[in-house]
Amino acid sequence: MIRSFGWESVEFLIRGAGWTLLLSLMTFVVGGFFALIFALLRTLGPKPVRLAIAGFIQLVQATPLLIVVFLAFYGLSFMGLHFPPMVAAGVSLAVYTTAFLADIWRGCIEAIPKQQWEAADALALTRIQQLRYVILPQAFKISLGPTVGFMVQIVKNTSVVALIGFVELTRAGQLLNNMTFQPFHVFLTVAAIYFAICYPLSFLSERLKGNRHVRPAH
Amino acid sequence: MAYQMNFAPVMALAPQLVEGALNTLILSGQAIVAGLAIGIVGAVSRTEGPRWLDRAVGVYVELFRNTPLLVQLFLIFFGLPYIGIRLSANMAAIIAIALNLGAYSTEILRAGLQAIPRTQVEAGLALGLSRLQVVRYVVIIPALRIIYPALTGQLTLTLLGSSIASAISATELTAAGARIESTTFRSLETFLCIAVIYITMTFAFRFVYWLVGLWLFRRKAPPKPSLIADVTEVSRAGA
Amino acid sequence: MSALHINEIKKYFGALLVLDGVSLDIEPSEVVAVIGRSGSGKSTMLRCINGLEKIQAGSIEVAGHRIGPQGGDLRSLRKEVGMVFQSYNLFPHLTVMENVTLAPKVVKGVDRQEAEAIAHDVLRRVGLAEKSGAYADELSGGQQQRVAIARSLAMQPKVMLFDEVTSALDPELTGEVLKTMEELADAGMTMVLVTHEMGFARQVADRTVFMHKGKIWEQGPSEELFANPQTPELRNFIAPNLK
Repeated sequence: MIRSFGWESVEFLIRGAGWTLLLSLMTFVVGGFFALIFALLRTLGPKPVRLAIAGFIQLVQATPLLIVVFLAFYGLSFMGLHFPPMVAAGVSLAVYTTAFLADIWRGCIEAIPKQQWEAADALALTRIQQLRYVILPQAFKISLGPTVGFMVQIVKNTSVVALIGFVELTRAGQLLNNMTFQPFHVFLTVAAIYFAICYPLSFLSERLKGNRHVRPAH
Repeated sequence: MAYQMNFAPVMALAPQLVEGALNTLILSGQAIVAGLAIGIVGAVSRTEGPRWLDRAVGVYVELFRNTPLLVQLFLIFFGLPYIGIRLSANMAAIIAIALNLGAYSTEILRAGLQAIPRTQVEAGLALGLSRLQVVRYVVIIPALRIIYPALTGQLTLTLLGSSIASAISATELTAAGARIESTTFRSLETFLCIAVIYITMTFAFRFVYWLVGLWLFRRKAPPKPSLIADVTEVSRAGA
Repeated sequence: MSALHINEIKKYFGALLVLDGVSLDIEPSEVVAVIGRSGSGKSTMLRCINGLEKIQAGSIEVAGHRIGPQGGDLRSLRKEVGMVFQSYNLFPHLTVMENVTLAPKVVKGVDRQEAEAIAHDVLRRVGLAEKSGAYADELSGGQQQRVAIARSLAMQPKVMLFDEVTSALDPELTGEVLKTMEELADAGMTMVLVTHEMGFARQVADRTVFMHKGKIWEQGPSEELFANPQTPELRNFIAPNLK
């Protein structure tokens, strides 16, 4: 039992930060996987599919993340599906991330000029080949800055699942505060750890946005 | 076993939902006014102020953009009393959200100011307009037009982000929902209702932004509103 | 047996009729220039030939591959028809070599070595063999356009389409592109070119087609057509160009 704020407390918080990182990574991988599929279907799918995905994106983007988390945590468990906080946290964060990343990536695909499609078309490439060899490599490079930028949002978003009791960095801070009654030290340290994770990502994101050259560095 | 949805107990408390929604509008409205004020001061400081001020505002922006709103809220609500500043839950929420929005809007507004070519300003000055008149007649509308999607997107995120204030039991919609959930035990129904209310408010906000945009940019249609403000639009506006 | 057979094609943009029953037969090794004012349908006709625009009536046939309003075997047709665009449209993330070898590799399944051999050959023909490692943004507009021509040539097309390929170029750079095209014509390539370069059309094209209001208004051997225009519309069109 920790009684006052010291090295032990910092260790405790860093263990919490480990969970924050793990949850962020999971969210990015799972959310990113669906986001890629959604972004492609949103631009190239048949009309009903495009509309359905647009609707999904609009609805999720108009709902607070906390409510998405609550719906996953309380709501679904009442339907007989018992989720531990870990799963509810992962699912809700992934859903939220999918909606935003799909939108960002669609923007990147649509930013590639129509003439690039046409040139590939005229060379008799199939739709899939056009995507694979011409459009996606270019869209990927444009997307790097915004994608890394959104990773910052993901890391920060994971703090919300503290409110359903998942012990990541923020929840660890709450617990520590209850033990030490030193909220100023505790939350300042928590903030510092988040900053140490997020700032390098923000910095990298700005760098990538600044470097708008489409061709690879050589 | 299939779960039977029953909205009746939640609907019986509908007045609490309405009240919660109004409180969310009031809370985020106050935070938006304060946050935009911070953003205007911040953006002007960064573009027109001395180097040290630009640096100082830059530090503020990075600190608040790279830490979660929830932690900012905890630090202000639980942490500040430790150094002798005691705030009500609502006041703490308004300050936290305003400071958060202030950081984002500083960067958005700065991007807008920097997007206006110097030649436009010079042309205005050459016509004998004062600096203030140049800002009023030459800079503001085109700058606002460029950043309008990012700015309105950020305001929408602020409205939605205010649900975080429920963590310190500020009076707003999500906290009202949590109370209803704990008396009715109808979690799914409660949070579905809450979600619908937020979605409705968001679309209503966007409609208002659209109308305001039509009026502001009478000569040209405003760009499409966006929610992914800080990650894509600003980077384009700033490029 | 003609190299390209266009039969009574019609094309609408919404309610607007932009191609009103155009027919054209082009012989192997023939070079045909298409001229006309903007909005006359000349670029649209070119884009219809390789299916970038759908036609609403009629048919187009190249090397036994036919497309009509219901589509058809578009990909097989495109393998036989090369197209060069006004804005070059090189792939900016690929080197010159990769631009040229992409389609032979992924469309025709040619292996890398052979594709590069073809690429070296076509790049030499356009005079850019030494630029194979460059990216588009390291080349001048004229060089980019010549790479675009090489990229089309690498597919060994039966017909090549040129859509105002010098219009985006600075005047001093048009010469090198026109020279490349002239060499292609001399080598026996079947070519259809939409152009504003009247002098080039007159000198290089075997035949010139004047389009007006979505129709072929007048056509004939280039020298004759320019020297002796029959319709007032063509006379009006070429008059300022002759000064």
